Amino acid sequence: MNNVIAQLWPEIALFVTTCLVMVVGLSKDRGTRKLCAPISAIGIIVAGYLAATTSVDTATTLPFMAKYGKVLAAGVGLLLLMLMAGTADRQLEDAVDRGEKFEPLRSTRAEFYAFFLFSLMGLMLCAGASDLIFLFLALELTSLPTYVMVALSTRRDRSMEAGVKYFFLGAMGAAMFLFGFALIYGATGSTALADVAYTIQNRAAGTGSIGPLALTGLVLSLLGVMFKIAAVPMHFYTADVYQGAASSVTAFLAFVPKCAGFFAIMLLVGCAGWAFGPDGYGSGTALPPELRILLWTIAVLTMTVGNVLALLQTSVKRILAYSSIAHSGYMLVGVIAGPGPAESTLASNGLAAVLFYLLTYGVMSVGTFSVVAALERRRRATAADAAIDEVDHIDELRGLWKRQPHLAAVMVICALGLLGLPPLLGFLGKLPLFTSALGAGEIVLVVILGLNSAIAAAYYLRLVSVPFLESGEPSTPDAVVPTPFPSRALAGVVAAVLVVVAGLAGGTLGSHAERAGTFRFPTKTMEATRHASQPTSTVSVPPDAAERGPNAR
Amino acid sequence: MNWMLLLLLLPLAGAALVAFMPEKSARQVATLVTLLCCVPFLAMVGQFDWARSGVDQFQTTAVWFEPLGLSFRLAADSITMLLVGLTVLLGPICVVASYTAISERQKTYYAWLLVLQTAMTGVFLARDMVLFYVFFEFTLVPMFVLISLYGSTNRKYAAVKFFLYTFTGSILTLAGLAYVALEAARANGFWSFDFEALKTAARGMTFDQQKWVFIALMVGFAVKVPVFPFHTWLPLAHTEAPTAGSVVLAGVLLKLGTYGIFRFALQFTPVAAYEYAPALAVLGVVGIIYAGLICWVQSDIKKLVAYSSVSHLGFCVIGLFALNGVGLSGSVMYMINHGLSTGALFLLIGMIYERYHTREFKKLGGLASQMPVWSTFMVFFAMASVGLPGLNGFISEFMCLLGTFQAGGTTWTEFGMIPGRFGDASLLPGATFGNLGPWFAAFAAVGMVVTAIYILYMVGKIVWGEFKAPGHSAHAHNHAKGHGHDNHHGAAHADHAHGPLPRDLSGREIAVLVPLAVACLWLGLYPSPVLRTLEEPVAMVVTQVRADVLRNAQAALPADPQTADAHTPALLQQAATITEPGRR
Repeated sequence: MNNVIAQLWPEIALFVTTCLVMVVGLSKDRGTRKLCAPISAIGIIVAGYLAATTSVDTATTLPFMAKYGKVLAAGVGLLLLMLMAGTADRQLEDAVDRGEKFEPLRSTRAEFYAFFLFSLMGLMLCAGASDLIFLFLALELTSLPTYVMVALSTRRDRSMEAGVKYFFLGAMGAAMFLFGFALIYGATGSTALADVAYTIQNRAAGTGSIGPLALTGLVLSLLGVMFKIAAVPMHFYTADVYQGAASSVTAFLAFVPKCAGFFAIMLLVGCAGWAFGPDGYGSGTALPPELRILLWTIAVLTMTVGNVLALLQTSVKRILAYSSIAHSGYMLVGVIAGPGPAESTLASNGLAAVLFYLLTYGVMSVGTFSVVAALERRRRATAADAAIDEVDHIDELRGLWKRQPHLAAVMVICALGLLGLPPLLGFLGKLPLFTSALGAGEIVLVVILGLNSAIAAAYYLRLVSVPFLESGEPSTPDAVVPTPFPSRALAGVVAAVLVVVAGLAGGTLGSHAERAGTFRFPTKTMEATRHASQPTSTVSVPPDAAERGPNAR
Repeated sequence: MNWMLLLLLLPLAGAALVAFMPEKSARQVATLVTLLCCVPFLAMVGQFDWARSGVDQFQTTAVWFEPLGLSFRLAADSITMLLVGLTVLLGPICVVASYTAISERQKTYYAWLLVLQTAMTGVFLARDMVLFYVFFEFTLVPMFVLISLYGSTNRKYAAVKFFLYTFTGSILTLAGLAYVALEAARANGFWSFDFEALKTAARGMTFDQQKWVFIALMVGFAVKVPVFPFHTWLPLAHTEAPTAGSVVLAGVLLKLGTYGIFRFALQFTPVAAYEYAPALAVLGVVGIIYAGLICWVQSDIKKLVAYSSVSHLGFCVIGLFALNGVGLSGSVMYMINHGLSTGALFLLIGMIYERYHTREFKKLGGLASQMPVWSTFMVFFAMASVGLPGLNGFISEFMCLLGTFQAGGTTWTEFGMIPGRFGDASLLPGATFGNLGPWFAAFAAVGMVVTAIYILYMVGKIVWGEFKAPGHSAHAHNHAKGHGHDNHHGAAHADHAHGPLPRDLSGREIAVLVPLAVACLWLGLYPSPVLRTLEEPVAMVVTQVRADVLRNAQAALPADPQTADAHTPALLQQAATITEPGRR
């Protein structure tokens, strides 16, 4: 039990912060209420520090992913937190400023930050999940708060609609992967991922395939998780939800659930393993053919549909929504490529490539969303609250370089980064996907990935040229002004600086991703320890046995 | 002192400086920085060991991104030196030529122009494939900005088309490079994108692998050159770009494609290059003739020169795929010469456009009477472009054709690998190793005639004949300098109201053209020093291609090894004695 606790310190830190925030956010005193964000920041930093220093080593096929994933969650989470400033309770606080009484009942600040932290906690748990039940709970802990965050994020009906839409489709996704998990349990008799992996691959070694029940279970659970990463055909909600939520929350949606989804996908696909070849299990480094075809089709569809639909949009948030779909497709290429040969590096390990890409995508997408979040439309005639609206149409960014040069620069750098232009971070993210997929022999997939990057260039160029190159004022009657929350712009600037600096000197980040992507084949010892520990689990607890609580009982 | 690094980073630092200086001083800073770039370049010229011109010198290496084995590796051989020299020469010319043309957002303009210079210098210096790719791609951004901010009416479309075309192509090039890197990693056990490592790995690949890598590499380079039928972005980009943009585009950016073919396609995949040489040469020849004919019917002078680039670079491509010393040397020379003469033509057209705000043949004519100095330069550079003996174009065009003529003596229908053919008595006298032949040269030579036709047609219409210009009707042209515009050109008039241009060229404009003219004359009259420096690197490539093709041919000939052995020494002997590059 102690080992589990030791691995969960980051989450515990976040949970303590959550409790604090819940209380502080309801304070009558304005200054105290405003402490929510700083307290959350401290909590995230502490969690990140704990994750980075404690030895997180899960008993799964991806033992080192937990640490990387948790630090990544904390790092990008901090940037996202900066974006959240002023999202909750803005009208309420303005009313208080005008002399109205603070009504705790109407306030949503405490919940908003608490949900933010909960979701981040879910993401961290996902990275460290070693059991199907654990994974399910972690995925749900990531997603459930986001439904509320979307609905709370603005006062418009559109956000409500987005929240409800997101919730119902999310519930459907959850039902699917839960059903899948049940079938996997049925096929393997265990919920511990290490055992599932061992059983499935052991069987595959004997019979040459992973068996119909396990396959059905994996397919269903993967399809369910595809909802989290917004892969085609589970992407239908994306554009509406991204557009409906406040931009800061959209940035959150574009990273946190996607990241959790990819952790889950890698863990699940890892159960089937990348050891199939033309002569069945053990003769190659590919996925089981059925899964490969499934993921291959989804990856190609996701990239292409995402990019082509993004071309047709005029709303910045919808463009970014479809681009986020496309990026999920790129990352699926890494999943298909798999860990490559033993002793593989970032260049040949597709899983490491995905983990590194998650980092690059997180930073760049926060950057682009921060530009939208740092601006707002204000009716010229009045200064009342109701007259403030979000920036949405791409035209509203026109001539930004003249008014807010720093925001224009952030947009240019981050959009070029998403485009994959060297030497920015996005390019370094894409290169390992290329090389690892080539190493796995997926040449057609690489060509499709390349062509998709080219299609994507067309709309990213619009994001570059409208704010930076086109002069003149937006054609809307409203004035586009910066929001009174400088931390949002700061988040963007930090992201943009990272995109450039890490592109030039990001070797360390890559090395961490490289290690995190280390894939360990399930071995007999995992199974053996489980059996040995079952009867006498109170006497000697092997490092990984205690985590399998539900199963051991 | 690492002059090479200074040469690379100086323009970048200049760009940063421009960005923080007041708008007014942008052009002074840019001029100063581009002129200062000559210092490190001249220092490099001084330190360069010209006796070992094929060897990479000034090696500089630093770790960049270790997990992928990326390094920051720079070096220079004589070909790099020549192309970097062209870049350095065009730098100040582009800046000074823009003084009057650019009046808005000058800081952005000059800053990006300087960034572009760094990127172009970097392409030629890079010896790490990803670093090369970084610079190669990064040239797109400044050019995109220059076209879409400072271009003519259709600039946004042109800029996007330019970006998307070249970006799409070069992504496939990256995929090809990544594949070679994968092969290298499998062989060496570690990842690296180093040029030498990749070259070794690529040359060890089977023909089937080489074929695909060659195609992948060529997609990117062919778009950049551009080889017919990938050329459609070029006339548009040229026509819409500001003058300096066109000069850089024609002068250096197109050379990135041919340089890429020379340095990577030929050296990484020699056997595939040899096998597909006829196909590429057909595209080159079609480009020469087709683009030449299109030039003939243009109504816009700038478009004419733009299409002439497509036509001219066709010569460059067939020279490259001749795969012999003469052809390759000629092709590299052509890169320089085309940069000089076409760059100058774009400058001249820009000068006309600044004065008359039109580039239509219909509206212009007989400028010799009004602008004698301009007309002199125009005729001079037009002749250089046609390839008049004594000027630079002639040498390189002739060498490309000669190389093509001598290369193998096969017809283009003979695609297959026929080992033993090289020693065949049916070869034409003087023929060398290669896969092209007289037919290619003959068709390409037709292109020379077409070139002469459209260039002379252009010169005849614009320089000679009765004077004709918008705002300068016959009775108005004796008005004061540059103020002879009629009222219906008021808008255009207002444009340069702040800095009226003299009727003929100003001192600044002459100063811009003179260095190019001197270079054209020098390379036309006495090209041997330059050709001599090209001998070694070109010979290295040629030897390598021969060796690989031969090895491949032998491998494909299991039936009768004696025959192959009998022919091999003959070929090698021939290879050793055949026309030395530069010896005409």
